[in-house]
Amino acid sequence: MAQRITIDPITRIEGHLRIDVDINGGKVNKAWSSGQMWRGVELILLGRDPRDAWTITQRICGVCTTVHAICSVRAVENALNLEIPLNAQYIRNIIITAHAVHDAIVHFYHLSALDWVDVVSALKADPDKTAVLGESLSSWHLNSKHEMRRVHERLKGFVNGGQLGIFTNGYWGHPAMKLSPEVNLLAVSHYLQALEVQRKANKIVAILGSKTPHIQNVAVGGVANPLATDSEAVLTVERLMAIKGYIDDLADFVKNVYLVDVAAVGAFYPEWTKIGKGITNYLSVPDIPLDTKGTQFAFPGGYIPGGDLSKRKAITSFHDEYWQKGVEESVKHSWYNYADAKSLHPYKGETTPNYTDFKDDAKYSWLKSPTFYGEVAQVGPLARVLNGLAAGHEPTTKYATAALDTVSALAKTKIGLDAMHSTIGRHAARAITCCMNVDTLADQWTLLLTNMGKGDMATFNAPVFPKGESMGVGFHEAPRGALSHWVVIDNGKIKNYQCVVPSTWNACPRNDKDEPGPYEASLVDTPIADPEKPLEVLRTIHSFDPCIACAIHLTDPKSGAAFSVKAV
Amino acid sequence: MGAVVLGIGNTILSDEAAGVRAVEALEKACRMPADVLLIDGGTSGMEMIEDLSNLDFLLVLDVVLTDAAPGTLVKIAGDEIPVFFRDKLSPHQIGLPDVLASLELLGTMPKEIVVLGVEPVSLELGLDMTPTVAAAVPQLAAMALAELSARGYVLEPLEASDKLSSHGHVLEPLVAVAA
Repeated sequence: MAQRITIDPITRIEGHLRIDVDINGGKVNKAWSSGQMWRGVELILLGRDPRDAWTITQRICGVCTTVHAICSVRAVENALNLEIPLNAQYIRNIIITAHAVHDAIVHFYHLSALDWVDVVSALKADPDKTAVLGESLSSWHLNSKHEMRRVHERLKGFVNGGQLGIFTNGYWGHPAMKLSPEVNLLAVSHYLQALEVQRKANKIVAILGSKTPHIQNVAVGGVANPLATDSEAVLTVERLMAIKGYIDDLADFVKNVYLVDVAAVGAFYPEWTKIGKGITNYLSVPDIPLDTKGTQFAFPGGYIPGGDLSKRKAITSFHDEYWQKGVEESVKHSWYNYADAKSLHPYKGETTPNYTDFKDDAKYSWLKSPTFYGEVAQVGPLARVLNGLAAGHEPTTKYATAALDTVSALAKTKIGLDAMHSTIGRHAARAITCCMNVDTLADQWTLLLTNMGKGDMATFNAPVFPKGESMGVGFHEAPRGALSHWVVIDNGKIKNYQCVVPSTWNACPRNDKDEPGPYEASLVDTPIADPEKPLEVLRTIHSFDPCIACAIHLTDPKSGAAFSVKAV
Repeated sequence: MGAVVLGIGNTILSDEAAGVRAVEALEKACRMPADVLLIDGGTSGMEMIEDLSNLDFLLVLDVVLTDAAPGTLVKIAGDEIPVFFRDKLSPHQIGLPDVLASLELLGTMPKEIVVLGVEPVSLELGLDMTPTVAAAVPQLAAMALAELSARGYVLEPLEASDKLSSHGHVLEPLVAVAA
């Protein structure tokens, strides 16, 4: 007899995602992923000036403001065939990469580490032994006895004072928690250090974006940062040097703490390299454009069907036809109606709500169901890393090898690439990507300064809107994966606008062929120790870094969604 | 150190924009002293840790759900603050509670927190607030100024009160408080 459990909301940050699972014989045998808010941001954009769209799209989501701003201007530039100056590419690249580094650190430590780390167990740790362990793992300067004793005292103060704060209601003592007290204490200390470090990534965004959390410097045609090497009021060498300092500090933490911690979680939870695989069609778009047109990129993108790296097909430019023609969205299981066609290309996308209540075998989500040439696809750092490996991308190979070697050494057994197709693999891929991103930050910074040194101070090419209709797509390999904005412009006004966001790819409901989406497929066969405390479901869903404020929008805050189990 | 006035809410959900619009009204109405920072927080979270650390005073402007009549202005302070964040009277999507919990862990909590809120009419998708809430925004801004003044922050009014509101409401009380 199957037991049904509903988890809503499932995100630590509110995101209005509901997961239902049927459990039979201690394992999940069927899962449903449901977006609980109606998506309609596209409707606001109709009839507006395409140059303003980015200021509205960056309000779609509180976590990913920057990515929607960048993707929107790329879409309009794509429609206009507008190239942007090199400096503008570099500045945008630094902003999106700094944002990605920030996002990865916060996701791992503050939004998902507590699925694996038992905070209360850390109290039983010997701080000195923890320091010895930490120092054996990496050269990070804050793995010292002094620091471990300080964190241990601080944690004791919180727990004894009954003030666990953000740690309240964790699944402490759950049978699926397996780290030693010392490893737990080490992780808690890094959790606190990560709170400090993440600020530095955000400072980079603030300096270049003029303001944070909502950047002000983006424009269709480039960026609004006046450049000069000799003026106070603009982006000066002094401010650029400050950015370099932050980049170096971030690189130290990401390579010596984050990557090592993820490898340690993988080594101590080896069974989780075999759980959570799900969909193995991987889609990723190239990013960090290195020329004015978007034909050369620091990171490759492409599509890998069935997890077979030898079958990868590359996506190579902002105008790539293989990419543009492959994307469709289905609403068979979504609370929308299409006028007729089964699936629609985003340029023809419709946003007509049709709420029916939650129907297991019919409509049950506000998310649409995107496909690539008719197939469901997983997006995100894992898709990006596998694409890099398949393409022979040197930085990907370097950090993926480093991660797998560290896990193998800690687990005292050889862990191969197969382990990446899993819940832990998604965390590892995010850390590998983050290592590449801190290097990219430094590279883009150098490119910007070198180009300015040549006397090129251009940051903006004015857009010209033709009469009649034009269409464009902007894509961005965002922290959660392939993001795309699709715009149809008619006589200088927006005629249609569709956002196909990473969490729609991953958290989508079943498609026209009734095939489950990546979240749903990844949960099947997951062992559940205690249906009252479905920590295992959270582990796999959190490994995707769910954030669906943008995938769907608008809610009635007083609506009584089923709160059978509250995520922590 | 110093004070932050933080407007939160999603500006594409009609009345949800009230907190952000009130911050914008303050920006146009007064020259802020060096120790007062105005932030349009939107619906963001952890990005704000830097700016919200070690404050003497955090003033949050938001939309609140208290079952009072739409447009009603509410002040929440002292012991009500933890309850406010726990029960999520504020419908904005993110975790200001998470940010505050993190500040607590870091030992950098603001010394004092006050929330000023307005009861919404509509949280439907849209860039414009309802007339009721739009009319309350200048009052929200005026209340914010009064809270700042009461704590000794010196605010210098900018001229021309007719420029003050983006929705055609003259900010009389605001200027009066500032003077």
